[in-house]
Amino acid sequence: MLIYAVKRLSVAILVALTVSLLTFSMIYLSGDPAMALAGEAATQADIENIRRVYGYDQPIYVQYFDWLGNALKGNLGQSHYLNSPVSEVIFTRLPVTMILGASALSFGLLLAIPLGVLAAMRPNTLIDRFALGLAVIGQALPSFWFALIMIFFFGVALRWLPITGSDSWLNFVMPSIALGYYITPAVMRLTRAGMIEVLSSDYIRTARAKGLRPSIVLFKHALRNAIIPVVSLAAVQFGFMLGGSIVIETIFAINGLGQLAWESILRADLPMMQAIVLVLSCFYIILTLVADILNAFLDPRIRVS
Amino acid sequence: MSDRILEVENLTVDIPVGGGMLHAVQGISFHVDRGETLCIVGESGCGKSLTSLAVMDLLPSKAFRGANVLNLADEDMLSAGERRMSDIRGNTMGMIFQEPMTSLNPAYTIGNQMEEGIKRHKNVSTAEARERAIYLLEKVGITGAASRLSQYPHQLSGGLRQRVMIAMTLMCGPNLIIADEPTTALDVTIQAQILLLLAELQREFDMGLILITHDLGVVARIADRVAVMYAGQIVEQGTAEQVFNRPTHPYTQGLLECIPIPGKTDRSKPLGSIPGIVPSLIGKFSACHFAERCPYAMDECVAENIDMQGAAEAGHEYRCLLDNETCDANARKKGVA
Amino acid sequence: MTDGSIKSRTGVHIEDRIIDEPSPGERARKRMFSHVGFMIGGFVLLVIIALAFLAPLISPHDPLDQQLARKLIPPIWHDHLKVTWAHPLGTDQFGRDYLSRLIHGSQISLLIGFSAMLISGVIGTALGVAAGYFGGRVDMVVNFLITTRLSMPVILVALAVVSLVGNSLTIVIWVLGLLIWDRFAVVMRSTTQQVRNLDYVVAAQAIGCSVPRIIFTEIMPNIVNNLIVVATIEMAHAIILEAALSFLGLGVQPPAPSWGLMIAEGKNHMLFDPWLIGIPGTALFILILAINLLGDGIRDVTAPENRN
Repeated sequence: MLIYAVKRLSVAILVALTVSLLTFSMIYLSGDPAMALAGEAATQADIENIRRVYGYDQPIYVQYFDWLGNALKGNLGQSHYLNSPVSEVIFTRLPVTMILGASALSFGLLLAIPLGVLAAMRPNTLIDRFALGLAVIGQALPSFWFALIMIFFFGVALRWLPITGSDSWLNFVMPSIALGYYITPAVMRLTRAGMIEVLSSDYIRTARAKGLRPSIVLFKHALRNAIIPVVSLAAVQFGFMLGGSIVIETIFAINGLGQLAWESILRADLPMMQAIVLVLSCFYIILTLVADILNAFLDPRIRVS
Repeated sequence: MSDRILEVENLTVDIPVGGGMLHAVQGISFHVDRGETLCIVGESGCGKSLTSLAVMDLLPSKAFRGANVLNLADEDMLSAGERRMSDIRGNTMGMIFQEPMTSLNPAYTIGNQMEEGIKRHKNVSTAEARERAIYLLEKVGITGAASRLSQYPHQLSGGLRQRVMIAMTLMCGPNLIIADEPTTALDVTIQAQILLLLAELQREFDMGLILITHDLGVVARIADRVAVMYAGQIVEQGTAEQVFNRPTHPYTQGLLECIPIPGKTDRSKPLGSIPGIVPSLIGKFSACHFAERCPYAMDECVAENIDMQGAAEAGHEYRCLLDNETCDANARKKGVA
Repeated sequence: MTDGSIKSRTGVHIEDRIIDEPSPGERARKRMFSHVGFMIGGFVLLVIIALAFLAPLISPHDPLDQQLARKLIPPIWHDHLKVTWAHPLGTDQFGRDYLSRLIHGSQISLLIGFSAMLISGVIGTALGVAAGYFGGRVDMVVNFLITTRLSMPVILVALAVVSLVGNSLTIVIWVLGLLIWDRFAVVMRSTTQQVRNLDYVVAAQAIGCSVPRIIFTEIMPNIVNNLIVVATIEMAHAIILEAALSFLGLGVQPPAPSWGLMIAEGKNHMLFDPWLIGIPGTALFILILAINLLGDGIRDVTAPENRN
């Protein structure tokens, strides 16, 4: 178990380093970063000045290690637009996005897992068809459009929920649904497939042959085994959702990381963009690492060996 | 309470399949008494396993079960609801399955899985359940029983897992154990150990045992009575002595011809074989199921369903049109009587 | 039991219980025509492709032609004074014919979806097949690339790159194509792993066939079903991503009639003219749904055992 964890951790660190390298090289995508920063009216002297101040005259690998060293110390640079440290801005925005992500994940899982279990218990019945239909429709709904439709019905026509902002929990209802339904199809299908497989396994027959209550057979013996792959999937999907929050936060004007990312992109605020990509990627890497270790913990075949 | 533990009369199992209805078990009747071992033998696909699952009421949901009588210790299981059946299963009637490698839940310890059944059926504390588990693990010949309780199935070998399954089935002190080919998946050397263990435990706890197998050597050693199944029907039934020493049905005779029996089999002749294959059981057909492969088949054999008839001794019956004398003569000719 | 009937040894016919087995191809065709999702999805997709190709011929108006005098005419099912059959789906805030924009928009969606799918398919399949076939170090490296790719949020990176490099149709296609190869790689890797251990591949190796030959003649034909299924998923994915990018203003640029852009432009008029976002959104939904149904259908038809 320990060896497994250590191995998994070293892979995660290597991935994080690669991501940081890719993120760092983003600044050279537009050509000369100093020129881009200086603006069109700048003179050659201004550009040279900027190049020196920001260290763009150094060899690239020196620049990268400087940047990485600072990033490891929590210094992600200075925002070009807001004139304050990037990390400070990110950490004031991060909690909002985390709350949104967590409530969206809860919504998605609470919808997908029971539905998948029900569908697996009664395959090819009405409930199964309903669940599969919901998954097919869910997969085809672009989340930004779904969000707008919800705004129109629940915000404008019915006036049940606030349309924009992030002040009360009511503000998070629609964004959580818009973001959370996105993971429902995949999680539902995996839960259903896993449960169907497990329910037809020999050990479920053994459990029934012992005369155990149906609820114990279902939850203790079946779901426990079927849920293992769902844990990994949920972690992966949570990471995707944080990426997708850029669209949803923009639509609902939620003051989180996603909206910050969009604003920074519009303002060409490079250090901020880099930092957000880096933070979200690292968050994803940590998330999948935790999920894998949790998985190993849930599965004695990995844990005790 | 009488000594009759299980009484089955005219049990059928039908499974809808793509091309119609598969009549997997076609009206079989048998009984098991206290302290008795009934072996059901037959080749793969003849309906042995479905019979055992039908008795346990554990058939796949799309399969239909029918019977005239299905009594466990005088209780009618046909009218028992799912709730009552779950009180019976694992309590007064237990089952051991074919695949020890997959029959235990990988996510829970041996102890957990052994104790949950007795805690469900009997009013016992965790400590008592644990004590009983250790006692039974020792009974089935597992060393270091106490420490095994905290192990997971994947840490045990196939033979050990099947011993655990046997101990688990004994937890509530059942009247009847059904073992469905419990050794098929195991190494040959382990097979005999497990079967002898089962026979020993059956005597010690005075239970009824139904052993489903296609291993005639095993049957000869531990069976009190034998039922031979072919294509969804019992074709011959009697005490082990009757079936092995005076086989009447041509299929039983053919089966016995296929195995060497010390002192009986003619060493100069090759072992026998039964030509042909088992008929499909999809759709109704009225004929002797064995007629296709039977060396004595007559026109009458395919005209109608064949009923069981009594052989010379009481309790010995067979499903064939030939009279008893002819059958005995055939058996002698083949050298299996 | 190939002659279709059993002759009993006594010369009596028992019953003809053997049904003529159809060939696998016949069975697949039968499954295909009886698969509702496959038929509907395929039909709708064909219609949309036809619309895209015929757009210049069948559009009633120029999709870019602005007639401010006729702006915001509602679609014909609205009970409204301005409603006219000249603009069956109405006009937008610049007086452009919505039906013509919708038809031309299908070109953009299909073009981007197909091209991005093609690029990512080539990258992902090459990586996945190499990893699955060679295993060992190659597999480790590919796995690492997949993990790295998955850890970077697609929309965010796409937006950032497009904003830095500049946005044009070509750039959007390339950025999406370079970003969404992960599923191809994952699926092709595991499928190749399964196929490479089959007897006929081992046999081909044993008689000394070259690696490219084995990959193209022995492995590819057996993974092509899965490849098509992933291709449909990724095409739908790319179309949704393009719409999202355009919706955020960093994809296809105005005045091009991208459906995502149409939703973004209609957003401001959503309060009084909700059909402005309803129509392009529904078009997007139907296109994605059709592609997904087709993909699910192909999976069911070619490998019914992989259902669920």
